[in-house]
Amino acid sequence: MDISTQNTHVPPPTPQRSGGTRKRGAGATRRGDQIFLGLSRGSGILLLVIMAAIAVFLTYRASLAISKDEGNFLTTFEWNTGLQPPVFGVAVLAFGTVVSSIIAMAIAVPIAVAIALFITHYAPRKLGGAIAYVVDLLAAVPSIVYGLWGALILVPHMNGLYGWLNDYLGWTGIFSWDEGAPRAMLTVGILLAIMILPIITNVSREVFRQVPQMHEEAALALGATRWEVIRMSVLPFGRSGVISASMLGLGRALGETMAVATVLSPSFDIQASLLNPGGGTFAQNIASKFNEATEFGRDALIASGLVLFVITLLVNGAARMIIARRKEYSGANA
Amino acid sequence: MAKRIDVSGLTAYYGSHKAIEDISMTVEPRSVTAFIGPSGCGKSTFLRTLNRMHEVTTGGRVEGKVLLDDEDLYGPAIDPVSVRREVGMVFQRPNPFPTMSIFDNVAAGLRLNGKYKKSELNDIVERSLKGANLWNEVKDRLNKPGSGLSGGQQQRLCIARAIAVEPKVLLMDEPCSALDPISTLAIEDLIGELKERFTIVIVTHNMQQAARVSDRTAFFNLAAVGQPGKLIEIDDTERIFSNPSRQATEDYISGRFG
Amino acid sequence: MSHAAVAAKRPSTLRGATLPNWSPWAIAAGSLAVAAGIGLAADLQSHIQWGLIAALLFLAGTYGIAARVEGRRQAKDRIATSLVWVAFVLAVIPLVSLIWVTVQRGVKVLDFYFLTHSMGVVADSEPGGGIYHAILGSLEQVALATAIGAPIGVLTAIYLVEYGRGSLAKAVTFFVDVMTGIPSIVAGLFILSLMLMFDMQPFGFAGSLALAILMMPVVVRSTEEMLKLVPNELREASLALGIPKWRTILKVVLPTSIGGITTGIMLSIARIAGETAPVLLLVFGNPFINANPFEGAQASLPLYIYQQYSQSAGSTAAYDRAWAASLTLIAFVMILNLVARGIARWKAPKTGR
Repeated sequence: MDISTQNTHVPPPTPQRSGGTRKRGAGATRRGDQIFLGLSRGSGILLLVIMAAIAVFLTYRASLAISKDEGNFLTTFEWNTGLQPPVFGVAVLAFGTVVSSIIAMAIAVPIAVAIALFITHYAPRKLGGAIAYVVDLLAAVPSIVYGLWGALILVPHMNGLYGWLNDYLGWTGIFSWDEGAPRAMLTVGILLAIMILPIITNVSREVFRQVPQMHEEAALALGATRWEVIRMSVLPFGRSGVISASMLGLGRALGETMAVATVLSPSFDIQASLLNPGGGTFAQNIASKFNEATEFGRDALIASGLVLFVITLLVNGAARMIIARRKEYSGANA
Repeated sequence: MAKRIDVSGLTAYYGSHKAIEDISMTVEPRSVTAFIGPSGCGKSTFLRTLNRMHEVTTGGRVEGKVLLDDEDLYGPAIDPVSVRREVGMVFQRPNPFPTMSIFDNVAAGLRLNGKYKKSELNDIVERSLKGANLWNEVKDRLNKPGSGLSGGQQQRLCIARAIAVEPKVLLMDEPCSALDPISTLAIEDLIGELKERFTIVIVTHNMQQAARVSDRTAFFNLAAVGQPGKLIEIDDTERIFSNPSRQATEDYISGRFG
Repeated sequence: MSHAAVAAKRPSTLRGATLPNWSPWAIAAGSLAVAAGIGLAADLQSHIQWGLIAALLFLAGTYGIAARVEGRRQAKDRIATSLVWVAFVLAVIPLVSLIWVTVQRGVKVLDFYFLTHSMGVVADSEPGGGIYHAILGSLEQVALATAIGAPIGVLTAIYLVEYGRGSLAKAVTFFVDVMTGIPSIVAGLFILSLMLMFDMQPFGFAGSLALAILMMPVVVRSTEEMLKLVPNELREASLALGIPKWRTILKVVLPTSIGGITTGIMLSIARIAGETAPVLLLVFGNPFINANPFEGAQASLPLYIYQQYSQSAGSTAAYDRAWAASLTLIAFVMILNLVARGIARWKAPKTGR
């Protein structure tokens, strides 16, 4: 395209370029290249510096707070940064974050896998394509909108389900309900599930689409029904992809702030029942405590954010290891 | 148990594109029939209409009749899944299930079908692997993944998998095109043995192979690119390669074409 | 022959009894009717419960009927198909509700006045006011974030694809992946920790910095993918003409992939435009119009939605404004998405594969 016009205003390759004097002759060219390389390499280095800075600054501010903490930062069931001396710990937040994410995963993963299969293997091709497009767009809906919808629409609709769970499963303790507003962990988990559904569906769909035709045909030719084809060739091939998609969704659910902050009615204790309001998550706690927090209080919140950071790093690391394994595995079969 | 195939007036489409037109032929039981012809002549498409695999491709559609011992595969109330059980298939590239062991690969089709006792399953797997001339090479590593075998071994594993469910007909879509000469020879020997028990149809690009393994040969051709492929003639292999009745066949055989 | 025993286990015929094509619909209609009957009889208030009962009846009915008529394997196949459909319908309900409610409630107060006025003199519980200040804040913060994040992202991707070899490139690739997983609130806390060091008050640009951090990895990833699509022959053709590498990149590689890169950047803009958490920590929110992103608290659209919801003690007027702002935000994000995808599709044939 531009090559021909380039030729006119870039001097033709000089004889020096091919000789031992290349360095001197290509001086101008070299400088351009060096500046450009410098810029792009600099950007890469800047990214590394930012990552390092995030780790260093968060750790530093967190250490300021934790060093004055009278309670055990990891096991204390309190968040009183205003006390003298201050007492705070992340146990409740860790519990709430893990529980809400587990609920979200338990609901979202099977449904997302089913929808992905629906798009790739069940729906008519055009309908599947249209649905895939819509799911793509839904993944872009901002979390605050999910939060608003969750708080104003989903919460009132949960009463029936809560009552029903209480009636039939209340004896387990996990599903007992004291008739409070259903702003509890179960609602949070369901809302998170709805939020991460599009992203897990998208990634799983891509994986299922990549299943080599020949594996599916192998099963078909043996006289397998559609479901048996999926069980014999699609799911085994897609398993690690689905796992890493789920990890991506889990990362989102762990770090989600606004949807939890709008729906949950928090308290700093652990509720045995998923249906009774209370508890909290890292991100939600930061958002709701931030406004009233003093500088010290903010450092304490940063400390809790550091824990969240480490947890998400671990989850993402696990996802990446699984993806890397999958690459090796599919390479061996290519 | 091998069955005869009677095809009459068969036309297959991909969407609105007509891939093959008005094909009629008879495939004799306990024999090897080879399909030859230039690329794109529809011989693989035709093969896939014989076990209703063609309609799996999007837009794939078939008109005409395929009788398997007097029963029309495209008749009403025919379950394509049971058709594929009766008419097994081996593909161009060996495609063992990558996550399954050698044993599970062979047993895969049986397990779909119902419950077998462990000893029964062992017997069938051993018999099928022996039938595919693979038993001696893999008997000590039946629990290793099938993808660890060589290409030729994988293809014989796929043949073992296909014959384990005792189909009436075995379709082979260029089974040796991805293999080296020694593996090819092994498969060709195997085909010679299998025809004692099965009706075998093989698509091949390799005319020497057709001449070596088949009893009858069908030559397919197409008038031009984009035109549907047609059956030019089918006859005893010997006749096709020595004294074909159609000029196009002779041109193709003698290399004056494509 | 011993195969006979095996053969006997198979259905001897190709014919299998099959349910007619309309049977799933009939079973669905039947289970809906029965579920409604049970619902009425047991006086179940929630229609969600009716739906769940209907879904369960549908699954059980399908399995029972298919198992009797077609056999166990076909029944399993049918139940899988039904489950997939049920899952799809289950998922569609909340997502459709989300869009529907946002549009339906959003249009109530969304008008020209709403888009051109701030909340300056309007109490949160009163009707009136608008989102002009929030739109302005959002646009400024997102524009500044893009001005920082996009060039760094694109340059990093160029480094990785065109130059990157060795341990530095490996490290960058690894940490870009790590960065993708940073929760938005952690990015906010990072900038907050800097602001605490220098004793700064909230201002718009602080939010932009956090948003830029969230944007960079997304831009790097998408740009990388696009640059990798540029065929090597094109680069070699240019280099063979004696054109230096940097001009080759600027004049050959980038123009070829510019459509895809733009798409990636726009999608990442759409993503950060909806971020609330870092803005909450760093920009704080402000009912008045503040056009200067470098000084003083600003508003932003997502933050406005959150604050209208959380600070209004249940006032209907505030909820209406929150929905209208949500609709505006979704419209903005969706338009960005659609345009971006449009560009990708329009440019796709030219870049080839």
